[in-house]
Amino acid sequence: MNDVVISVRELTKRFCNFTAVDHISFDVHKGEIFGFLGANGAGKTTAMRILCGLSYPTSGSGTVAGYDVMHDGEEIKRHIGYMSQRFSLYNDLTVWENMRLFAGIYGLTSKQTEQRSTELLDRLNFSSERNTLVGSLPLGWKQKLSFAIATIHRPEVVFLDEPTGGVDPVTRRQFWELIYEAANEGTTIFVTTHYMDEAEYCSRLSIMVDGKVQALDTPARLKQQYAAESMDEVFRTLARGAKRGE
Amino acid sequence: MKHNFGSFVKKETLHILRDKRTMLVVMLIPIVLMVLFGFAISTEVNNINVAVVAPHRTDGVHDAVKRLDANEYFTFKGYITPNEIDSHLRTGNVGAVIVFASDYERGTAQATAGIPTRPIIQLIVDASNVNTASSATAYLQSILLGSASQQTMFETRMLFNPQMKSAYNFVPGIMGLIFILVCAMMTSVSIVREKEMGTMEVLLVSPVRPVKIIFAKMVPYFAISCIVLITILLLARYLLGVPMSGGVGGIFALSLLYLILSLSLGLFVSTISKTQVVALLVSAMVMMMPIMMLSGMLFPIENLPRFFQIVSTIVPARWYIDAIRKMMIQGVPLMAVWENGIILLGMTIVLLSISLRKFNDKLE
Repeated sequence: MNDVVISVRELTKRFCNFTAVDHISFDVHKGEIFGFLGANGAGKTTAMRILCGLSYPTSGSGTVAGYDVMHDGEEIKRHIGYMSQRFSLYNDLTVWENMRLFAGIYGLTSKQTEQRSTELLDRLNFSSERNTLVGSLPLGWKQKLSFAIATIHRPEVVFLDEPTGGVDPVTRRQFWELIYEAANEGTTIFVTTHYMDEAEYCSRLSIMVDGKVQALDTPARLKQQYAAESMDEVFRTLARGAKRGE
Repeated sequence: MKHNFGSFVKKETLHILRDKRTMLVVMLIPIVLMVLFGFAISTEVNNINVAVVAPHRTDGVHDAVKRLDANEYFTFKGYITPNEIDSHLRTGNVGAVIVFASDYERGTAQATAGIPTRPIIQLIVDASNVNTASSATAYLQSILLGSASQQTMFETRMLFNPQMKSAYNFVPGIMGLIFILVCAMMTSVSIVREKEMGTMEVLLVSPVRPVKIIFAKMVPYFAISCIVLITILLLARYLLGVPMSGGVGGIFALSLLYLILSLSLGLFVSTISKTQVVALLVSAMVMMMPIMMLSGMLFPIENLPRFFQIVSTIVPARWYIDAIRKMMIQGVPLMAVWENGIILLGMTIVLLSISLRKFNDKLE
């Protein structure tokens, strides 16, 4: 299949005697919104760090945007976007200065930067705040801006690590509209979340328990499989089997 | 990618410029310290009131008093009787009393003729401040000696700093301190702040090499330090009148090396501290205290106990201050302090490589 953007086979990460990620395998397709779920300590973050080129697997293989996680970490970084659960723009810089910084990091020319940031600000309905200090924006706006900036270089995959933590439901809804838009344009979204209503928005979900992928399918089929009313139930049924603590 | 380095430098500069308070502090501290140490806190003898007890006001005595009064460091307060000495000193009206013997003239004549004679002048000095008292005594002696005897047994000359101005002594010390403050403290805090805020995470996921992030951080602080360096040198030269006869070029070159050393120190601190508070504390306790105490800034290294003398050899400021003092005040060229330069260079290389390695390790 040509449209596989992330492909992982038997990926394992061991720290001394502790196996954080235990032989996981999955594929993520272009334009998909892939939900990566799991309780705290299930190994989500470790797996995500490997996929972002921040750490190397102990064994197994994986490619992201066509680059090998074992050897091409630097190339991967160039082709992905990343937004973390902690707000990570600079509060003492303006909206536009933040955009210029990240555009510069990803090597956009100043003309491209101008074009792309205007486009993103228009989409966010945010052009009037171009010269506002980011620190003075409400949290919901900051998160949307973070997402926009994570896609400033038109990455093939965007990794979102609990992007909507601490945001009110209305803003979360708006945030997901942005995610849909990006996915419709062909950007692949790889998202972790603790909100089960958000899990329902994903095209496909994987649920990690104790370092292993315990379930992987569309939300509808997962609910069917576990005879559950909601994703919340599915998640709890699976997480109950966990042996690891927090 | 060339322009991502540029974007980083721009960003760091904006951080600093936006933080007006810190900026102001950094720019003002050197000026305040220079003025404070240069004028207010001084170990110089200044405006000491002197009273004179003289049973016979002979020409010789008048001559001595005239010399004394003409001196800018002493103020002649008048003649008093022996009974008044104690009360004048106690109340602090005068800091020193000169008692001429009744046979002062004869004694002087004998001394001039080379005949050994018993003391003919007594100095009674308020020694509640030891520093002031000892320099006042030495200075008074040299003034009186000139009038007491044409044929003196020895001749003292204060080289390099004939007026014993303490500002000369403090300027290199302040330089040693301030660059650590600006470079080490501010860079370490700014690196740790990114870790604390979570922005470092995003930077690490980006294709920028961590080393680049760090160097981009150093550039604006380096620039600020250069401005501070120029300010200090200008103040030292034109406000305090420090000679700098060894050539400004050498002083500048060595200072640049010291700046880089301080930046590496800041990087090192940032690798061992997790929060801004820790970074601040480490900089203050581990760097400021040794500099104040063990660098020769306040206390001569020779006066330290043996143990601390050994410890002081690892304090970079010690070598820097020593070299700057030589160049500024003694007027030796850079070549004459090459040993200090080599030591500083060595320290820079060691610190920089350790902290770069530690920094990279941390990221894995």
